[in-house]
Amino acid sequence: MNELVFFINNVVIAGSVSGSIYAIGAVGVTLVFSIMRFAHFAHADMMTFGAFMVLLLTLLFPGAGDAVGLPTAVVMLPLAMLFTALLAVGIDRAFYKPLRAHGVKPIVMVIGSLGVTLMLQGLIRLFAGTGGQSLYVDDRKEILRLALPFEGARAPIVITEPQIILFVLTIAAVVSLHLFLTRSRLGKAMRAMSDNPDLAQASGININLIVAVTWIIAGGLATIAGTLLSLDVTFKPDLSFFILLPIFAAAIVGGVGHPFGAIAGGFVVGFAETLAVFNWSVLLRPFRDSLPEWLAQAGNLAFVGTEYKIVVPFFILVAILVWRPTGIFKGKVI
Amino acid sequence: MPLLDARDVHGGYGGMNILNGVNMAIEADEIGVIVGPNGAGKSTMLKAIFGLLTVNQGEILLRGEPIHNLPPNKLVQKGMGFIPQEKNVFPSLTVKENLEMGAFLKPHNTRRMLETVYGFFPPLYDKRHQPAGELSGGQRQMVAMGRALMAEPDLLLLDEPTAGLSPLYMNEIFERVKEINAAGVGILMVEQNAKQALAIADKGFVLAAGQNRFTDTGAALLADPEVAKSFLGG
Amino acid sequence: MSTQNEPRSDLVAAPSRLPKRELALFAALLVVVLGVYAVMGGAYSTRMLVEAACYAILALGLTIQWGYAGQFNAGVMGFVALGGFSAMLFSVPVNEAFWASELPGELGLALLYLVAAVLVVVGATRLDRLGLPKRWRTLIAVVVAVLLYLVVMSELRSVTEEIHSRVDFVGGLGLPAWTGWIVGGALAGGMGYFIGKICLGLRSDYLAIATLGIAEIIKAFLKNSEWLTRGTATVSPLPWPTPGPAELGFTLARALYLSLTAVIIAAIFFLLHRAYHAPWGRMIRAIRDNEISSAAMGKDINRRRLEIFVLGCILMGIGGGVLGSFNSLFDPQGYLPLNHTFLVLVMVILGGPGNNLGTIFGAVAVYIIWIMSEPLALFLMHFAADIGQAWFGWDSPGNLDSRALQARVFVIGLLITLVLRFAPKGLLPEKVKYHD
Repeated sequence: MNELVFFINNVVIAGSVSGSIYAIGAVGVTLVFSIMRFAHFAHADMMTFGAFMVLLLTLLFPGAGDAVGLPTAVVMLPLAMLFTALLAVGIDRAFYKPLRAHGVKPIVMVIGSLGVTLMLQGLIRLFAGTGGQSLYVDDRKEILRLALPFEGARAPIVITEPQIILFVLTIAAVVSLHLFLTRSRLGKAMRAMSDNPDLAQASGININLIVAVTWIIAGGLATIAGTLLSLDVTFKPDLSFFILLPIFAAAIVGGVGHPFGAIAGGFVVGFAETLAVFNWSVLLRPFRDSLPEWLAQAGNLAFVGTEYKIVVPFFILVAILVWRPTGIFKGKVI
Repeated sequence: MPLLDARDVHGGYGGMNILNGVNMAIEADEIGVIVGPNGAGKSTMLKAIFGLLTVNQGEILLRGEPIHNLPPNKLVQKGMGFIPQEKNVFPSLTVKENLEMGAFLKPHNTRRMLETVYGFFPPLYDKRHQPAGELSGGQRQMVAMGRALMAEPDLLLLDEPTAGLSPLYMNEIFERVKEINAAGVGILMVEQNAKQALAIADKGFVLAAGQNRFTDTGAALLADPEVAKSFLGG
Repeated sequence: MSTQNEPRSDLVAAPSRLPKRELALFAALLVVVLGVYAVMGGAYSTRMLVEAACYAILALGLTIQWGYAGQFNAGVMGFVALGGFSAMLFSVPVNEAFWASELPGELGLALLYLVAAVLVVVGATRLDRLGLPKRWRTLIAVVVAVLLYLVVMSELRSVTEEIHSRVDFVGGLGLPAWTGWIVGGALAGGMGYFIGKICLGLRSDYLAIATLGIAEIIKAFLKNSEWLTRGTATVSPLPWPTPGPAELGFTLARALYLSLTAVIIAAIFFLLHRAYHAPWGRMIRAIRDNEISSAAMGKDINRRRLEIFVLGCILMGIGGGVLGSFNSLFDPQGYLPLNHTFLVLVMVILGGPGNNLGTIFGAVAVYIIWIMSEPLALFLMHFAADIGQAWFGWDSPGNLDSRALQARVFVIGLLITLVLRFAPKGLLPEKVKYHD
């Protein structure tokens, strides 16, 4: 039984955590992709920027969380989302819009977004340094230990407060995004523009408005994803390219331009990562006596070491590009 | 004052002129039909009116107001609707959502106009929750026309609305065009089925090589032996 | 959004003229180099020039991918690291302790297992030819692959851990450095083939994503394979193919190395120039400028694209090898996206994508600015911190120096966006000549 608990702690919970983070990140990437038709490489640093905003606000108002009973960082999230959304719109006006107006190829936009990502990286690290920092400035990280009501299960299921917040926020973000895209006029116009930009224009839809709305959503979602990531571990200013690969893999697995596919893709990548670094020999331990010796002796049956975690999203990316480049839910942008 | 008045329009893509002086005028309650051989510039003229390509010379007036080289979304505000020949629906949006997009600039009218459009095209009401990409070609054309009508246009531009449709649907579409026109919407359409189209046309424009060859009422053009010989297949 | 309809001024073939722009830019560059020589001395400026020359090789690799063919490689760092690794492996002295033990045999055996496992899996994917339903074939192939992977990996892991703990690392081959450079080019080309094969038929963004990923993976592999590269413990010194500073003194030895790199660049330049004006080069440019009509004319687009991508990667591998040997140090952690991917990108887009001369100019000019910006950034940061302390009583954070260097990250990013917006064709634009 203890092995099962170990499995739940290390795979089910950990996989859901990274899956949620990738999912929210990938939704932002896929929305930008579907409206502006380029892979936005600055998304990871937008996430970091959002988390950095949360950190700053938490440092400014350390007591705010106590008043509500939530970690201060979570209380500060809406404000940080607003700032990041404004930043995203500003970046678009300053850097992407002129390129679009020139009618450049999408790949030039990609290079432009790499330039933007470097600028963000430089700014964030200039002010935040390169070391990790906890978002829990004044309050304590609650850790819940749920004992299982079974005979023989001595180890408890461990889940932390930020992880619970993370699941709640993920569900809230997905539901509100769904309502926005299917019920609101602007959300439908976004889908229309992703379907057929020319016809959207011919219908009188204001392209600049839709682009701005897309950036606001992308910035807001990036803040949520970055904050969740930082709450779960610590705020690390130098994740950038490491977080970018799983997010792009998730967006492509889900079919680019397909927000709910991106969510599924996020969980696929998140679970694949945790399953790949999980040491399977733990699960074999209870059957030690009935196994052949070479298998029982194997100390480490993980597919990849944690230092090679980044191989997993890459492998998924390669597999999906070879097998089905449109993604599991046929994406619109190939 | 004519609803649409295009005078000596020259225009094309990237410096190359396809239109070399086209004249076209229709009144508010008329159906205008553009016919002519392939490459005559029929669809190009429609796109020039709708601001999708550059007009280098001449002018286009809507109710006396110059509109050439305005962007499409401004033209929609001024009461013009355009239905492209291909890719004329949002495939992943439902029929109802497609129609709503037509009323993007006038959201308060949505409910009333939805009823009007469903009145014109009853099959759309039954399929309103289906993605438009799953519909047949004729039904898509209905969605496209409905979408354009949602903005309550004064002038509707149709680019070959019957292309690729079965004869049954073709008649249906022509009937609808007449009904829409009877409801007070000016129509300007490009058609391959010249005889059928000229039969319902108040004004007919026969284009060749980017210029007017014949301009008259639809009935007169049908009766003209020269037009019949060169452009209507005898 | 995706088509460019504006008239291109470079469509008109210019009559042959004195290349004033080129001469002016290179003359300015010469003045700057001489200035650096006068201020910083011979040893410093020759080192700077050699490094700039190595970057010029990398930049040439990128300019043919991006400038000739419109392929964007966001993982130059990975190919450079492969070249550096290969230079290290071939040139470092032989580790006698390793070869005297039974470990080479065990390692060879583990590698044989690996080859056998690959063959078995490939065989399993062909099972459908024996009449097995495709679904069964896929299932069997996947299960076999997973099992064999686990077995081979645990075998390999135990051998490599043994190597690392008993003899430190496998050591080198003790061959001349240039053998490593060539093999480095081949390794990088092979990796490029693998990536290109998968991505080049798809949207151009996917190539950028995949190359970015492979670069980080190559770095992770080199960093964590202590048995092969000593990992973070680094390997040094790497022998030079030319007489080293110990024999000739810094300036002369570096000048000799510089002339070697100059010969390499000249050779690459000459070959590229020939290829660019040959039918092959015309075909490449035709594909870049109008893919659909080229396909309609019966050109095998994906094959040509793959050729150009692999060629670019080979140059990056060679450049990485030359750079690695010159630094005389193999440190996997020293490979940074900023220094080895984005710096090269700036060189290419600033110099003129698709223009070899412009690319070399961009490489040298940007590298000088880059080198000079480090002390400048530190100076400015300390200056700002001092002012802050004196006037407002701020305490400067402890890791000031590492933060100051982040300002350069910002500047590189800003430079990329500015060049794309205001000088999209670079300082020396590609001259597209027709009817030549």
